[in-house]
Amino acid sequence: MSSPILKLIAQRVALGIVLLLAVSVLIFAGTQILPGDVAQAILGQSATPESLANLREQLGLNDPAYIRYFRWLGGVLTGDLGTAMSSGQDIATSIKDRLWNTLFLAFWAAIVAVPLAIILGLIAVRYRNGWVDKLISGLALASTSFPEFFIGYVLVYFFAVKWQIFPGISTVYDGMPFGERMQAIALPATALTLVVLAHMMRMTRAAILNVMQSAYVETAELKGLSAFNVIRRHAFPNAIAPIINVVMLNLAYLIVGVVVVEVIFVYPGMGQYLVDHVTKRDVPVVQAVGLIFAAVYISLNIIADIGAIVANPRLRHPK
Amino acid sequence: MSNELEFLSRRVASGKLSRRDFLGRAAALGVTATFANSLLSGAARAAGPIKGGTLKAGLVGGESTNSLDPALMMTQVPFAFGKCWGEMIVELSPEGKLENRIAEEIGSSDDAKVWTLKIRDGVEFHNGKTVTAADVAATLERHSDEKSKSGALGYMKGIETIKASGKEVVLTLKEANADLPYLLSDYHLIVQPNGGKDKPDAGISAGPYVVKTNEPGVRHGGERFANYWQGDKMGHADQVEVIVINDATARTAALQGGQVNMINRVEPKIVDLIKRLPGVTIRNHAGPGHYVFIMHCNTAPFDNNDLRMALKLAIDREEMLDKILRGYGSLGNDFPINSSYPLFTEIEQRKYDPDKAKFHYKKSGHDGTVLLRTSDVAFPGAVDASQLFQQSAAKAGIKIELKREPGDGYWNEVWNKQPFCASYWGGRSTQDQMYSTAYLSTADWNDTRFKRPDFDKMVLAARAELDETKRKQMYHDMAVLVRDEGGLILPMFNQFIDATGAKVDGWVDDPHQELMNGYALAKCWLQA
Repeated sequence: MSSPILKLIAQRVALGIVLLLAVSVLIFAGTQILPGDVAQAILGQSATPESLANLREQLGLNDPAYIRYFRWLGGVLTGDLGTAMSSGQDIATSIKDRLWNTLFLAFWAAIVAVPLAIILGLIAVRYRNGWVDKLISGLALASTSFPEFFIGYVLVYFFAVKWQIFPGISTVYDGMPFGERMQAIALPATALTLVVLAHMMRMTRAAILNVMQSAYVETAELKGLSAFNVIRRHAFPNAIAPIINVVMLNLAYLIVGVVVVEVIFVYPGMGQYLVDHVTKRDVPVVQAVGLIFAAVYISLNIIADIGAIVANPRLRHPK
Repeated sequence: MSNELEFLSRRVASGKLSRRDFLGRAAALGVTATFANSLLSGAARAAGPIKGGTLKAGLVGGESTNSLDPALMMTQVPFAFGKCWGEMIVELSPEGKLENRIAEEIGSSDDAKVWTLKIRDGVEFHNGKTVTAADVAATLERHSDEKSKSGALGYMKGIETIKASGKEVVLTLKEANADLPYLLSDYHLIVQPNGGKDKPDAGISAGPYVVKTNEPGVRHGGERFANYWQGDKMGHADQVEVIVINDATARTAALQGGQVNMINRVEPKIVDLIKRLPGVTIRNHAGPGHYVFIMHCNTAPFDNNDLRMALKLAIDREEMLDKILRGYGSLGNDFPINSSYPLFTEIEQRKYDPDKAKFHYKKSGHDGTVLLRTSDVAFPGAVDASQLFQQSAAKAGIKIELKREPGDGYWNEVWNKQPFCASYWGGRSTQDQMYSTAYLSTADWNDTRFKRPDFDKMVLAARAELDETKRKQMYHDMAVLVRDEGGLILPMFNQFIDATGAKVDGWVDDPHQELMNGYALAKCWLQA
């Protein structure tokens, strides 16, 4: 590793942190713009002027906004996300389990989906425009075009109700044996895999096909390499940057965008937690979850960036 | 009871005859369904509950924002789980009678102003302490305190002093109330050690199950409390579990796949499909819940009784009952009371009458459209029901303009704020409670702005009346006033529709709330 790469990585990470700070300002500002304040939301209809004043004093709402922002930010940096208004529970503790659940599901969905998508993409290129290519693309596009809830219900109908292979309810809890946990997430992970598969597969196919037009691929073909080896040795490494990008985007989706799948399979993840608290106007929780989602997106994008740079000699050695 | 019926009911209990066949034969013998059902459950009880196993319920109505603090219980999941771990002072039996729990005896002074609760001996909390009069008094005190934000606060405000002495708790009311014991059966009033003042959400009471898991919005679990004071009646399964399944399709699939033994809120439109599934039994029964369209009596144009009457006559109740509830309900008559309340009297059924509606509409002098706000969350099928209303009113020459509001915020921004909208009520256990909650001039939830000093006087007079015949007449007069001059359009009462899977036994229909008034997990058992 040469030092320009380290410098580049450091730059990206620094940029990411600045971006995250900017997002935190936005989130904080956004919740300030909402009508009413936290004290009003806590007390609801039964609010009297005195109790409002008392609670505002107690929560420090009378301080100017920038002081409250830094107080909040300081708390976040030290791992204190505050307490939820609606249930009075510590946010960090309740988020920890939920976040872990979400990551667990996303991890296993990704473990299946990413290699599958890339391999299918490679196969599609190898037999491009043939019936194999068309079949793969057709099926993948179909599975993506169906809404998530439809795929979910179809899976539940066959696997949980008709054949009773997997449970239709994916409730997981602390201390659940690993095997049971895997069985519980089988259906939601499958549904998520089907949802993200086509995007990654099509992108892999397109990126490699793009490279396949180049002169060096023709050379490789002329020197007698088999079609699959041409793709594996020459085309794929040069197409990896856009593939990493789309993989990271889909990973981000698996973490922050799975509310519907969580609801259908009753999976205790972040999405349902966020929705519950938005409907209750539980601002501290919404802020915390918003920040975590932003952090996930930004860090995955940084990884994609760095991956693309490392994979591309032209970016690795800028003039 | 005829011998044949008795014989048949025993055959059902022993599994030799299906429940449906039994009801059919009972009907052939000229027995009403209600009586036949109660016979059946009697026979099932006689066959005896079976101890053991894990009973699971998949329920809608749980959020990650739920708490074990009984004061804050609002939705179905905390309610049903509360009946597993909580013990009440007094409870309503499925027949509508008072059933003494922690209170062994309840007595009142002649003017119904001073009430004495005698506390039962030997009832034990989950933490090993004995339930005392002080605990009961502290519980009532906490729920009377504004700070507890208790859902029972509205009724508790009527209690002036609460005193515990020896084995007794003495309550002095601000105004006489003959219904006090019914109020004490409110599901929020779970007796906690020191009233829960030390730690409101500790989840400790004296109910049949001890709280083992509490993951709000995900699942709640309990284990049988070995020292439960009436273990022969409740707490048959070794463990109970409530799994939060807010999605209706997922709930049905879970019951079908055998992951849960019972579910709540089966949608009327799929009842007929679910009925055919092997092992699944639909448990539907009438209750006090109703779907409504509410007009503010003090806001133009609804401040005109002719316009209100025109709208009441322009709704086709039978069509709505048929299309929205698929018959799983009963006709409404524009007052919030039905036969599930004690002291109910029939009043002539109001019918769809476009001609009369036209007459009243003309007389009101109103011109142009009437704006009705509706939303999916107002009640299941509310948007469709509003459209039916629009069509039936159009035939009477009344133009209703529909505005579909977002579900999020409907209860804060539209209900009880806008002059005409769709809504629902879950009902209460007594007429007094229902009228005091939503029809007194001073009630916060007077969502029809029905402010009539004469009506208020009637409510207070009926509340203090201990003579049943007189009281019944008073409630009749109040109902007529609300029906003919109020702002309530009540097309239908809905039913509770629960469903149980194979092997669930011991079910007794309870008109007060869904899932046997929340006791399904505690009172049912699994067949061997």
